[in-house]
Amino acid sequence: MAAEVAEAEAADGRCRLRRFSCELGLLSRPDGSAAFLQGDTSVLAGLYGPAEAKISKELPDRAALDVLLRPKVGLPGVLERSREQLLQQTCEAVVLGVLHPRTAISLVLQVLSDAGSLLSCCLNAACMALLDAGLPLSALFCGVTCALQPDGAILLDPTARQEQEARAVLTFAIASADRKVLMVTTKGSCSVQEMQQCLAAAQRAADTIFQFYRDSVRRRYSKC
Amino acid sequence: MEGKHLVKIGCYLAPFEGKIDFTEQYFFSSGSITTADGSALVKLGNTTVICGVKAELAAPAADSANKGYIVPNVELPSLCAERFRSGPPGEEAQAASQFIADVIENSQMIVKEDLCIANGKLAWVLYCDIICLDYDGNLLDASVFALLAALKNVQLPSVTINEETGLSEVNLKQKNPLIIRKHPVATSFAIFDDTLLIVDPTAEEEDLATGTVTIVTDEEGRLCSVHKPGGSPLTGAKLQDCITRAITRHKEVKKLIDKVIKSITPK
Repeated sequence: MAAEVAEAEAADGRCRLRRFSCELGLLSRPDGSAAFLQGDTSVLAGLYGPAEAKISKELPDRAALDVLLRPKVGLPGVLERSREQLLQQTCEAVVLGVLHPRTAISLVLQVLSDAGSLLSCCLNAACMALLDAGLPLSALFCGVTCALQPDGAILLDPTARQEQEARAVLTFAIASADRKVLMVTTKGSCSVQEMQQCLAAAQRAADTIFQFYRDSVRRRYSKC
Repeated sequence: MEGKHLVKIGCYLAPFEGKIDFTEQYFFSSGSITTADGSALVKLGNTTVICGVKAELAAPAADSANKGYIVPNVELPSLCAERFRSGPPGEEAQAASQFIADVIENSQMIVKEDLCIANGKLAWVLYCDIICLDYDGNLLDASVFALLAALKNVQLPSVTINEETGLSEVNLKQKNPLIIRKHPVATSFAIFDDTLLIVDPTAEEEDLATGTVTIVTDEEGRLCSVHKPGGSPLTGAKLQDCITRAITRHKEVKKLIDKVIKSITPK
């Protein structure tokens, strides 16, 4: 149950990621849990599964994955539902559900604080929780948010203030195999070249994040 | 009857490598709901979506005194497909509503400042209800198309505020169309194992697909939204391919919308 602290900086001097921190296995009831911090944004993820599924929800050939995202304040609304759908389909693409048919895997995410790049923090917390639970995965994924400033500069891992001032905010989920794109969602409009530049920057930043994942898991298991 | 036209706007060939040619027919009818301020019915193949826009007056919010409101809502009633049960909106309907709200916001097709009548006192609220009548895949494309067509059909009465009484006076005889700044068009693709991409998938293709991508472009070739909710991973090059196709399809769809709108000149 060690607290992992790592300083993550992308190779390109201009695009800096904020300080990352991750704690694995901090909750006792769920099968896997992770708390992921990116700067001041933090999300706690708990994963239960594979467990028995309700007959109405069970799928005959694979596991049924279900995501619940709880905001910090208030009741979950349409925005949370839309984010749950993004997270659920991203996790389903990597989890080898066919190894556990007729079971249910539930991922619950609680937003502890939101200081920008919330969706990518949720993606990272989800992946760490999947790792902690020991579920079979075909690839790892990480979340990276890019903000396009009015002058055309690309900022990775923006704060809330930077997101508001940006012309467009793009969130990518990058898979560890070949750095392919698992999920994309955009806010605001941008040109095609700008989107490609953001994607390239996100793929470079993904290398740093995956190295951080490896370090966290290595430290966790070296103490047991 | 004023404004009721059913026009077959032509056959659109779904261009795609590896898929045999087939033509999907797009039908478009504007102004069919006379009780709404604007409406449109769109059929993309078998998928039928109707959009009705109602305009009401309200006081603007305190922090944005010069902005009106646009409230989209996508409904998937149980009549459109057997997998939707009646009751509170399911996840797919909510996610679609959020997507449409994002498209309106990202593309700036209607600028909220244009909906303001009197700063801090009165503004228009546009309730856009998008209802799917027949679900055969590709809900997002059809919804965006129906929304755009319905908004182009909207005629808002002119409203003045009486200086002495401070009350609003609505003049139903004098109507103005909405100012639509951008024309976003959505193009959806179904992904099969990262190798095959099919434009405008039907429900059967969506069920078998391993992922979907929806790209919304405007007339300047700018991306209003790239929406890939998980599913099998894509390389950057394949994504670029989708974007190029989406830009080409935008031109076709826009030509068709313009042709129909021009033929329906308000009397």
